[in-house]
This record gives sequence, C-alpha cells and structure tokens, in this order.
Amino acid sequence: MTATPAPAIELRGISKAFGPVQANRDIDLVVPRGTIHGIIGENGAGKSTLMSILYGFYRPDAGEILVGGKPVAIADSQAAIRAGIGMVFQHFKLVQNFTVLENVVLGAEDGRLLRPSLSRARGELKRLAAEYGLQVDPDALVEELSVGHQQRVEILKALYRRADILILDEPTGVLTPAEADHLFRILRGLKDEGKTIILITHKLREIMEITDNVSVMRRGEMVASVRTAETGPAELAELMVGRKVLLRVDKPPARPGAPVLEVRGLRMVDAEGVERLRGIDLEIRAGEILGIAGVAGNGQTQLLEILGGFPEAGARLQGEIRLGGRPLPLQGPGADGRARRRAGIGHVPEDRQAEGLIMDFTAWENIAFGYHHAPEFQRGPLMDNAAIRADAMGKIQRFDIRPPNPDLAAKSFSGGNQQKIVVAREVERNPELLLIGQPTRGVDIGAIEFIHKRIVALRDAGRAVLLVSVELDEIMALSDRILVMFDGHIMGERLPAEATTGDLGCLMAGVEPARADAGGGAG
Amino acid sequence: MERMPKWADVILTPLISLVLAFAISALVILAIGESPAEALKVMVQGALGSSYGWGFTLYYTTNFVFTGLAVMVAYHAGLFNIGGEGQAAMGGLGVALVVLALPWPHWALALPAAAMGAALFGALWALVPAWLQARRGSHIVITTIMFNFIAAAALNYMLVNVLRPVGSMDPASARFPEAAHLPKLSEMALGLGVEWGRNTPANVTFFLAIAACLLVWLLIWRTRLGYEIRAFGKSEPAALYAGISPVRITVLAMLVSGALAGLMAVNNVMGEAERLVLNAVEGAGFIGIAVALMGRNHPLGVLLAALLFGFLYQGGGELALWTSIPRELIVVIQALVILFTGALDNMVRMPLERLFAALRRKGA
Repeated sequence: MTATPAPAIELRGISKAFGPVQANRDIDLVVPRGTIHGIIGENGAGKSTLMSILYGFYRPDAGEILVGGKPVAIADSQAAIRAGIGMVFQHFKLVQNFTVLENVVLGAEDGRLLRPSLSRARGELKRLAAEYGLQVDPDALVEELSVGHQQRVEILKALYRRADILILDEPTGVLTPAEADHLFRILRGLKDEGKTIILITHKLREIMEITDNVSVMRRGEMVASVRTAETGPAELAELMVGRKVLLRVDKPPARPGAPVLEVRGLRMVDAEGVERLRGIDLEIRAGEILGIAGVAGNGQTQLLEILGGFPEAGARLQGEIRLGGRPLPLQGPGADGRARRRAGIGHVPEDRQAEGLIMDFTAWENIAFGYHHAPEFQRGPLMDNAAIRADAMGKIQRFDIRPPNPDLAAKSFSGGNQQKIVVAREVERNPELLLIGQPTRGVDIGAIEFIHKRIVALRDAGRAVLLVSVELDEIMALSDRILVMFDGHIMGERLPAEATTGDLGCLMAGVEPARADAGGGAG
Repeated sequence: MERMPKWADVILTPLISLVLAFAISALVILAIGESPAEALKVMVQGALGSSYGWGFTLYYTTNFVFTGLAVMVAYHAGLFNIGGEGQAAMGGLGVALVVLALPWPHWALALPAAAMGAALFGALWALVPAWLQARRGSHIVITTIMFNFIAAAALNYMLVNVLRPVGSMDPASARFPEAAHLPKLSEMALGLGVEWGRNTPANVTFFLAIAACLLVWLLIWRTRLGYEIRAFGKSEPAALYAGISPVRITVLAMLVSGALAGLMAVNNVMGEAERLVLNAVEGAGFIGIAVALMGRNHPLGVLLAALLFGFLYQGGGELALWTSIPRELIVVIQALVILFTGALDNMVRMPLERLFAALRRKGA
C-alpha cells in the first residue's frame, strides 16, 4: 500500500446547496495520478458544480479537497492554478481579437513589461507543441481559428500555467468528429506524460473510448465509480438515469382519437450552422400524452420552441407542422407565440423563470401573460385589470397557489407555486395541444402530483399533450407513448408498459440496445 | 418578500440621498470660502420665495418633466435613451416649421398643431436609432448619443441656411407671430384677477406636462402596449415566448420616448423664446436622465424630481447673480444630486434595507 502514490485528486464528503437545491451531496471521488477519469451524468446532475468547487468558483458547504495527498483550500481560481489544476471550459474564455500568444500569457505575465513574457511564452509554446502535438500558430488571431484550435489554445493556457491536472468540461460538444479524434489523441499524449485528466461529459461513447475510470453522478450524488474496462454503455446509461421508479400516476387507459399534431421532416440549423434537428417525424392524437425522453441538449428544446413559435434567432427551418390537419407556418410573423396560442397551442416552457414568467410582475399580471390580447381582458383602449385580477383569483384558488395573494411578484413564490401559475394559465385555456417542458423541474413533491393530475385530466378531456422531460421517471409515469431523442433525431419509440430504464437509457445515449446488450435485448 | 416598506423605498431613500448630496455641496461651498447657509437661503428665496421665482422654477420643471418622461418610457422597455437632447432639438425644429408655415389665427389652434410637429420630429429622430437597435443590434446608447450631435449640426444648418430671415445676422428663425404666442401662467393668473409671476417664462405648456404625466401613467400601467413594453423590458426571452415582437416594442417605445422629448420644445421654443435659436435645449435632455432615475421611473416621481431640478436650476441662477459663488458650482451641486440619487442609490438603499430587516426581526 505504501508504494501507491497519493491520488492526484481526492474529494471527501463534498456538499453544496444553492438555496433549497442540493447540487452536490456528500461526494467522494478519487482520481489516481496519470489517468483519464470520466465524470458522467445528465444536465443538472451536479457535475459542473463539483468541478466549479474544484476550480475555486464555489466554496463547498462541507467536505475536503486533497491534491497530491495534501488537503488544500481552493478559495479562487488563482489558488486552483497554484495547486496545479487547469480548466478548459465548455465556452472558451479567450480574447477574440488577441493573438494566441497574447491569450496564453494573459493573466500570467512575468512583470510589467510584456515583451519578455511573450518571448518566453513563444519558446514554451514551441516546446509544448512538439511534446503533445498541440500545434497552433502563436501569432494567429483567436477569432480566425477554428473551434478545435481555439480549444487547443485553452489547453495550452492551462499547460503554460504548469497544470498537472486538467479538467475538461464537455470538450467535444462544439467539435466536429475529426476534431474530437484529434483532441483524444492529445489527451492520450498528455496522459502518457503523466498528466491527470478529468473529462466531464454526457456522451457514453467518449467515456468508453478514452477513460480509465468513470464516475457517475445523478441528482447531486455520486452513484458509482468503476473501471471503464469493467463496465459497458448499457450499465452506465442505467446508472445515469436511475433505476427506481418513484412516481406513480393513476390514470385510466388512453383513448386516442384523431391526430392533433403532425410533424413531418422537421429540420433546424441554428445561427452557428449546427444542425439541431435532423428530420423529426411525430404525431400526437387527441386524448394522448406523447413523452419525449432524452438527455437535455439533444434537440428537445428546439422542438418545443419551434412548435411554440419562438425558434432562436437566425435559425433555418424546414419541414411541415400540421395542427388539426391545417398547416402551421414555421417562421415569420404568422408563426409567433401569439399566433400559436390563437391556433390552440398552450405552452408551459422549459425555463419558467426566463420565459414562462416575468419575475418582477405580480401573479395576476403573469396569469394574463401571452393571453393579454384576449377580448375578455380589454376595456376600450385600456386593459381590464379588474377582469384579469378576477380571473387570476379563480386560478389561484383552483390550483391552490400559495400564498393566495395575486399582488405578490412572481419571484416571491416558491418554484412549485411559480410553476402552478404557468400551468394554470396554459391548462385552463383548454388548448387543443399542450406543450409542456420539464413540468416538475425544481418543483416540490406535492406540486408535482398536482401538476401531473392536471396534465392527465387535460388528456382525458380529449386534448393532445407533448411532454418533454429529462426525468425518465416522469416520462414513464405520464406518457401513453414514448419517443427518445438523441442528437436531433428520434432514436426509437416505446410503449411505457414494455420499456425499461436500461433500454431507454441506451437510446438516450445514442446506442441501439440490441447492440449494447450483445443480442440479449428485446430485439 | 418585500425588503422594506414602500414609503421607505420611494421617499426615504431619495431624501437621504438628497441630504447627503447637499451636505457635500455645503462642504464644497465652505471650501471656496462662502457660507452654505447663505447659499441655501439665496437658492430657496430665489427659486421658491416669490411668485417670480416660481415662474422660472415651473418653466424649468416643465422642460424636465418631458425629458424625464422620455427617458422613463424607454427605460421600461429596457432601452437607455440618451438622445433626449437631440430629440428635443428636433422637436424645436418641428415647432418652428409648423408655427411659421401658416398664419395661425389663435394660439389654441397653433398649440395642438405645434405639439404634433414637435412630437413627430422628436419621434422620427428616435426612430433611426430604434430601428438600428431592433434590426441590427447597434447599441442604442451609442446611436442616440451620435444622433445628438447630428441634430445639433442639422439644426445649425437649418437655422443658418433655411430659417434665418433675409438680412438677419443671427442664426435664429423669424419671431413667431403674435397670435401664436402661448399664454404665460402670469397672464392666466391676471385673467383670474391675481398678480402672479410677472415677466416669467412659465406658460400653459406646464399643464400639458401634467397631462403628459397622466397619459404616460395610463400608457405604461393600463394599456396593452404598456404591458408589452414592461414585459419586454424585464425579459426578452419571455416576451418572445408570449409572441411579443422585440422589433415592434423597441420601435414603438422609442417613438413614444422621442415624441415626449420633442414635446419639450413646445415649452422652450414656442412658450418662452418664441422663435427657434441655436442650442435651445440647454442640456435639459441630459437632466431628463437624472430626473427619470431619481423619479424611480414613475410619472409622479418624475414630476417631483423635475421640480427639484427646476429648483436647482433657478436657485443656481440666483446664486450666481447675488453671491460670488460661480455658476459652475451649480453644475457641481447638480452633479452631486445626480451622483447620489442615481449612481449611488444602492449606497443608501442597502443599509436601509438591512436596518428595516433588523427592525422586523426585533418586532417579530
């Protein structure tokens, strides 16, 4: 035992809460020196919080950090750099109109004069390039570099600051496959030189390809740490999404009617030229809840935004959407949120605080939001605030929104009650189609049950519901049919009765279950 | 939960800021060897101590109400309109063109027409920056500042080359015809048999300013457009979700804002100078920013803050006249008021919030 060198990083009992949300709970982690360690988990599982603690952005509420066997206090990123930790962020922190050399030196200058630092850095960069295959022209402007090269500059910055431990946060999210391959070659080279690498990702393929060990996070907890060679994508997927079904929703069997929403060949390319949706086909019938499962960031948000009438600026769209048989425009003035509401689409957006509510508005003002053109809310040229308030009071009572005070600002309500304000507004309009994204994110258990019952009641009234959630439990409990989205397309369709979390987990990770189980799956 | 009672938020905080600003102003006056008490007395006497003083104070107040409301409306849409100066200048051009175009038989006919000209020119001057912001993302702070300079140059050209009467050496328009002169508040008082504020510039536009306060309040808090402006100003993603067009709101809010700034010209060009001169706005566009900030972007607050700045303007003029305190010091006092009520607002607010929180804990 004494021959074993101290691990590069050891975390003991790290906990961190943001208000009522426990982002990290009692995390233990050991990363041996000279290995590549993967940390995998869904968005919101707490990976980024944990790494931010390691890099000094947050202070943990409890727990201990050991670097090279010695306890350290990491108060800020300077302390992290001194401890030999370097970080490559998902969104690069580079000065676009500086050269590579200037970016590398920035913040690590030797003295008041720039020239000696620059010439030292030039030599150092040449050495690093030769040693690790990190070739970048030191005099190129960063804004003229490809994304892959910009990432190399970030890695060079960390190495220039003598980082022994390199943390990469979702490094391949912005890379082409060829660039990702090159990155992996660089990482292997760094490992061979004795560097320790922590790779944060939600892509199983990368974990399997490059890591030595892998730790799985779920809902703020570290649920497993295993050797990569001793596990497989199916097991990891299951660990990621969780096996226990906590939720049970009592609902009668669905009696689907005529198709309400038909989507054919929907494609979307965003302003950066990344294809977010790669040909989506789906259909929802009256009296049916269609659940879309998937790890966040695989196109679900874009799908909801397009259906709701607010695709991100600069997006290019293609395909066909029909509501009740009538085609809906994809873009343009006839395709905004107001037109969608008029056509009969209600929408509980994924991000209620940024989109669904105006946090500084009162509850009653928010309950009219999006429907403020409704004839019953007008009185001549003015808005009929009394009518809006009366309407709000009714919804507050029927949805048991607490405190039952319509004059309170939305930001003063708890997450669950904020969500109830949005759900009350959208559901009580009795829309033909309800879009509902992450209906219970950050919502307490009592409100979850209430919101689920309302969704089922809307279905039973013969309405169509499109449910998007990263909570697999919720998808399984509520949906009448499940589609799994991965990388902008539909990976597969399952009925909740026959789907298993492992099976869905594989689809969510972009792996065909039959292949992952080596022929042992449902086929 | 609310951090402190509304009265503390709306009244106590600006009041303490104001006292601090005056305290430091007093130190500055002491430092140049004058008596702060004497200075304050001259200012209060000169601005508020006689109907003559009030006649000037209310005139300045009227200017600041319009420019303050202009900044306020844009602010609710999340836009910072620094261009009140240029919009008010162009409003003056609108007034002059309308008044000089026709032989107006009576001021009551000329006033609405001139007001429309002023509002239209001010609004159009705000339209280009608004359009650039909405369509091209050009920052409205930068473009409205640039448009102030363009307005000054354009006005210069118009006065020298177009509006200047033949034979005149003065870069100013012809005098407005007698029939288009707006009644002064002093004349209106005389009509009621009261001797008030003789030879002061305060005029009927003051009532237009009060009406503008009321209309702006209705617009922002009682109409659908106001609702959409506020929603867009608080959260653009939410506005998009609700189907509120950012382009439409940006353009409409800036049109209203520019029109309000332009309306100031009814007061200073038509009501006071009775012709268009160079640099007629005299910085009122910028004072509007401070007025809106201090008035907490509410029309009633704007009215009160405009009154305060009207007092500072008039009192400052008196100070320069009757004491050896230089006029520049007035600018220092105004700057301190802006600094404390605007920029350093949180310096007073945060300790107050903590104080009220502590009081509540003790009470609970």
